[in-house]
Amino acid sequence: MSVLDKFMKGLTKTRKTLFHNIKTIFSGRTLDEDTLEELEEILIMSDMGVDVVEKILEELKDKYHNKITDQEDPLLILRDIMVSHLSTSPLILDTSNAPLVVLLVGVNGSGKTTTAAKLAKIYMNYGKDVVLAAADTFRAAAIEQLKEWGNRLNATVIAHQKGSDPAAVVFDAISHAKAKSKDVIIIDTAGRLHTKSNLMDELKKIKRVVQREIEGAPQEILLVLDGTTGQNGIIQAKAFKEAIDITGVAITKLDGTAKGGIAFAINHELNIPIKLVGLGEKEDDLQIFDPVKYCNALLGIEE
Amino acid sequence: MFESLQKKLSGVFKNLSGKGKLTEKNIKDAVREVKLALLEADVHYKVVKEFVEKVKEEALGEKVLESLTPDQEFIRIVRDSLIEIMGGNKNNKINISKNPAFIMLTGLQGSGKTTTAAKLANKYKKKGRNPLLVAADTYRPAAIDQLIQLGQDIGVPVFSGDKKDAVKITEDSKKYAQRNLHDIVIIDTAGRLHIDEIMMKELEEIKNILEPEEILMVVDAMVGQDAVNSAKEFNDKLDLTGFIITKLDGDSRGGVIISIQYITNKPVKLVGVGEKIDDLEEFYPERYVGRILGMGDVLSFIEKV
Ligand SMILES: Nc1nc2c(ncn2[C@@H]2O[C@H](COP(=O)(O)OP(=O)(O)OP(=O)(O)O)[C@@H](O)[C@H]2O)c(=O)[nH]1
Ligand SMILES: Nc1nc2c(ncn2[C@@H]2O[C@H](COP(=O)(O)OP(=O)(O)OP(=O)(O)O)[C@@H](O)[C@H]2O)c(=O)[nH]1
Ligand SMILES: [Mg+2]
Ligand SMILES: [Mg+2]
Repeated sequence: MSVLDKFMKGLTKTRKTLFHNIKTIFSGRTLDEDTLEELEEILIMSDMGVDVVEKILEELKDKYHNKITDQEDPLLILRDIMVSHLSTSPLILDTSNAPLVVLLVGVNGSGKTTTAAKLAKIYMNYGKDVVLAAADTFRAAAIEQLKEWGNRLNATVIAHQKGSDPAAVVFDAISHAKAKSKDVIIIDTAGRLHTKSNLMDELKKIKRVVQREIEGAPQEILLVLDGTTGQNGIIQAKAFKEAIDITGVAITKLDGTAKGGIAFAINHELNIPIKLVGLGEKEDDLQIFDPVKYCNALLGIEE
Repeated sequence: MFESLQKKLSGVFKNLSGKGKLTEKNIKDAVREVKLALLEADVHYKVVKEFVEKVKEEALGEKVLESLTPDQEFIRIVRDSLIEIMGGNKNNKINISKNPAFIMLTGLQGSGKTTTAAKLANKYKKKGRNPLLVAADTYRPAAIDQLIQLGQDIGVPVFSGDKKDAVKITEDSKKYAQRNLHDIVIIDTAGRLHIDEIMMKELEEIKNILEPEEILMVVDAMVGQDAVNSAKEFNDKLDLTGFIITKLDGDSRGGVIISIQYITNKPVKLVGVGEKIDDLEEFYPERYVGRILGMGDVLSFIEKV
């Protein structure tokens, strides 16, 4: 099954209802309160949040009433409005100023370690030499988990003992990468709730070590966000942004029935690009985020 | 964002309190504020809709209309209705009457099953029981190692059998537990999506083998609207005995608690409030109502009135 197929499958239910409702809306020629509310319901149930949904619906109403919609397929209009509320920027692949450092952060259980492995695979597919840094020294068997991935991918994992200083692991990974002329260092960090200031300070320290050792690094600091996350995701993103200035979001677990709508809100309110989408637990289940493809899948538009 | 509902409501009722006369419009505005607050808290859209209808009906009754402090009367209705959804303010205990008593933990990926399994085992060990942990996650890299390490930390043995087949591991754990006189057996299972039929089938098989007294779904407090879909599916397939909500040590409103209880009518039995082994607490609905509405002190406030 292709990744898009998987994605479409996960989103089938929304697609059906949404498609049906949009047809009703536009065939009736009136965008009345009831149909708008139905549309609101569908969008809110994808976790986009009331604010973003209201904005999107305002725009839809505007376009509809101003008849900008006449020639076009209304579904595509809604799609385009949604796309215009999403921004992305390419994952950095350039390793000419090697090593390229990618730091993964996020709350507990969001998918950081798995994403680190999948990301390593992406870079390896581009012919890059990758080092994984096991900077989660806190959670039970977090180090073993990353090592197991390293085995599967045939990538080096730099790790210390459980309970050791994560910044020291990162320092070692950098030394290793420099000595062995590696292209990419991917740092897996411990899950932490954004409300825990001591743990957020630990991240800042990791970032400082990277900055000190490699000029211009870390080039990517990705917030790994569970696609089932609700409105708290905005607060999470805000806190991580303030603490260490993230460069993008990776939304995971979109192979389920969740719609990852909170990424809309994060993107919209905090202007953080969405870069990657996780669609499964295997090493190949990570995709570069494509707003049009994502909205098409959400709305059931065949490509 | 997340301004306290109470503040918003007192805005709505501001010019009226003391005068006693409330209009239907005021109630409508107040109901809208409640609706937004619940959606911000991630309570499921449909649950919110039904809920606010009910609140509106009650609020239009004479009590609020004639109250001198309509905002407080209104909040009281909201609070009482929420507690009612949660089956009243009783605390639901884990059942462990059989010997051995099997407790099976299930849920989506990364929700906190493995950590919670160890927390639970620790709780019973401290009470003088002889728990056994069973590592039935044969999929996630190092999942078994994780449970073994946690078991070592708390001095509870971990059974992992052939480390390959989750169904066989649980089957063998039954004999192992009986032979070694374990009176409580806690099974950690792999995270899975509710739409993954093969993986859901595996849980059903494990259930049939163990006939566990407790089948609990471990749910992340930060989840959004989709939580009802997964909870409903897990409940339909497994007939859950309840939920454990994790990661409540953050600042999420945990609206999922309302949604899943409303949809499945199964209680929340315990809550996780941290990564440490002792961070597991009993659940008291009343305390969480304030959290969901973003009003930490509202309950004591109402009690005083
Ligand atoms: N279905 C699905 N599961 C995923 C995806 N990404 C990660 N997972 C699963 O989610 C669970 C948690 O993933 P981890 O990578 O361990 O998460 P983490 O953020 O490193 O967790 P902590 O280090 O404990 O904070 C595992 O069971 C993964 O297999 C995804 O895109 N889809
Ligand atoms: N802050 C906080 N973190 C928690 C809590 N419960 C679990 N965690 C963390 O959440 C992450 C995931 O926990 P696990 O126990 O590995 O989750 P799981 O459901 O077994 O994950 P899979 O087996 O991959 O499906 C870990 O980083 C835990 O430390 C909690 O109550 N609060
Ligand atoms: Mg991890
Ligand atoms: Mg686990």
